[in-house]
Amino acid sequence: MIKIAGISKSFGSTIVLSDLSFDVPDGSTTALLGLSGSGKTTLLKLVCGLHFPDAGEISISNEVLQSGNLDALRKKMGYVIQDGGLFPHLTAYANLAIVGEEVGFSKSDIVKRIQELAELTKISGTVLSRYPREISGGQKQRIGIMRALFLDPPILLLDEPFGALDPITRSQLQSDLKEIFRKMRKTVLLVTHDLFEAGFLAERILLLNHGQIAQAGTLRELIEKPADDFVKLFVSSHHLIMESSI
Amino acid sequence: MKLFFELLLFFLAIFSEAGALAQTPVIVGSKKFTESVVLGEVARQMLIQNNVPAKHIAEFGGTSILWNALLAGNIDVYPEYTSTIEEELLKHKHKDLSDLQQNLAKMGIGATAKLGFNNTYALGMKKTRAAQLGISKISDLSRFRELKLGWSEEFLQRRDGWPGLKEKYGLYQTQVRGIDHDVAYRALQTEDIDLMDLYSTDAEIQYYDLLILQDNLNYFPRYDALYLYRLATAEREPKLREILNQFVGKITETEMINMNRRAKVDKVASEEVAATFLREKFFIDTNQKAAGRTERLLARTKEHLKLVLFSLFFAILVAVPLGIIAEKKTGLGRLILWVTGGIQTIPSLALLVILIKPLNIIGLTGIGDTPAFIALFLYSLLPIVRGAHTGFQQIPLALRETSEVIGLSFKARLFRIDLPLALPTILSGIKTAAVMNVGFATLGALVGAGGYGQPILTGIRLDDYSLILEGAVPSAILALAVQQLFDFSEKFLVSPGLRK
Repeated sequence: MIKIAGISKSFGSTIVLSDLSFDVPDGSTTALLGLSGSGKTTLLKLVCGLHFPDAGEISISNEVLQSGNLDALRKKMGYVIQDGGLFPHLTAYANLAIVGEEVGFSKSDIVKRIQELAELTKISGTVLSRYPREISGGQKQRIGIMRALFLDPPILLLDEPFGALDPITRSQLQSDLKEIFRKMRKTVLLVTHDLFEAGFLAERILLLNHGQIAQAGTLRELIEKPADDFVKLFVSSHHLIMESSI
Repeated sequence: MKLFFELLLFFLAIFSEAGALAQTPVIVGSKKFTESVVLGEVARQMLIQNNVPAKHIAEFGGTSILWNALLAGNIDVYPEYTSTIEEELLKHKHKDLSDLQQNLAKMGIGATAKLGFNNTYALGMKKTRAAQLGISKISDLSRFRELKLGWSEEFLQRRDGWPGLKEKYGLYQTQVRGIDHDVAYRALQTEDIDLMDLYSTDAEIQYYDLLILQDNLNYFPRYDALYLYRLATAEREPKLREILNQFVGKITETEMINMNRRAKVDKVASEEVAATFLREKFFIDTNQKAAGRTERLLARTKEHLKLVLFSLFFAILVAVPLGIIAEKKTGLGRLILWVTGGIQTIPSLALLVILIKPLNIIGLTGIGDTPAFIALFLYSLLPIVRGAHTGFQQIPLALRETSEVIGLSFKARLFRIDLPLALPTILSGIKTAAVMNVGFATLGALVGAGGYGQPILTGIRLDDYSLILEGAVPSAILALAVQQLFDFSEKFLVSPGLRK
């Protein structure tokens, strides 16, 4: 379980998050939704210890995140960013293997693990021998997810993982991911600015506005019972695109 | 890592070889003019002939550089002139030579008796120009305010040079400039200058048919040649004194002018000029022929490469970590970039000379490979530090964060992620440093480190373009080769994933 309790964070005089609290229960998916600058990415970076909060606490499996236990807690997290966050100088295979090598996996264990993950994420062997610049956006993202799953962490943190993909690749990847989350019972925190993506993947949506939770709930609740004008505007702008396109 | 240690061993091997060579032989120095080089060479060959290992650092500098090098023990022997010692070095007139020798001995320096010839200062003009103005003696000069004077740097500064001359004859010309002695002869021909200082044994006086102005107030004293040597070296090499004394009274003015003419006008290598003299005068065959062009080129290439590679190697070891630190710690980084940038602004010529004193203080020799190596090392720092700094700065934040969050250790992040990502920029910094170093290293010849600068230096002294090219062309080719080598090695060192 991820527990966020009374988190505040400022950069200089800019308040990014103020007094934010919520839980992500084990085996469930929560989407952090919001406009750019709403603080959703900062929140994700606080959870993986890239920044520390000015006030409040973050607990992972009932352990408060501190610099002392950061390395241990990070072993429980998988982290995927837009474009996969692959290292351009390493082949797809080496991008995966480096995680295993760091924790002392044998060569054969690494090969075995990569085979399992390739099957799960539907990646072919030929892609693995290529460099990131030689493979497609969707494949890069799948490799990024394989890397996040390498050590089979209970928690997955995803920052706009579908941001740079075309619509078809995107919807395929979304379906595949949803299945992986369910099958492997991962606790997932997903950052996105797309309402329907959030609704499709997550049981619960947290809509952030200026560093605070504007509304927490399901997609249906957000559409049918918007908590305030901002939520109403955010939801209706998505509707508008749909309706005007038809 | 293995490659790294192999390289280190390789460089240490070269260095220790150089160190061993620098230790044992008697080092003969000479000033930057032909006569001094020939006399230095004569002494070296005579020492070798008597089984005393010797090395000649030719055209090493002016009087004060040679004198200080002798005092500091950087060189053991060099040819000097009586009045230069009295007027310029000790600033004290002595009643006779033994008085002078006693005074020198207090400083640990020995002097032979006079070699036989007097090479005094004189002023020279083109005969046509002198006739046109009606000048025949120095006092005539006071009538011509607008004369263009081209003095050698030493003459310009020395107490027994221009300052004293001006006072004695009441001269007030204002168009005075410092000009290289060998270049001055050419400037005189092209009438860029009207008057120059001469050494009375210069071969060019005959060659260019110059008029020597009569010193009608007897200003210039006698400059009797002799050898100065370190008493400590004479202790270590008991034969040294005896060998040098063989020349006492043996070199006449005519003989010296002849040797100068052969070296300067006929362009015979100083090694051969010295050998001929020893053969004709002492019936000794030193078997010293000047090395052939290929042989010379190989030796110069070896010296040059040693300077460049050695300094570059250590600069990489120091500058890459500095660049990385500079990127990580902003305040310290500014200081690092400021200091390495500051070093870069010191003129290379000055740096080489500035280094002599501090090196002597810490017990290292201020001439030869060491100062050249240190200067090149210092100049290499900035481009490499900058390369590493920029290379690390350019790593996208998202990748740095990812490498941290996916659990890579500091070591793995540095060596497996950050360094390979920054490598193209680091390599281009190293490439810049290497190419610059090839050019800078030609200045190493000024402090006796050899390399491609040596033929350039000799070429300037002898007014010999083919010699200048013999240094300049290989240096340019080497610079291009180094550039190619780096472009080529990039293909192996930089991951294919980073190619554009």
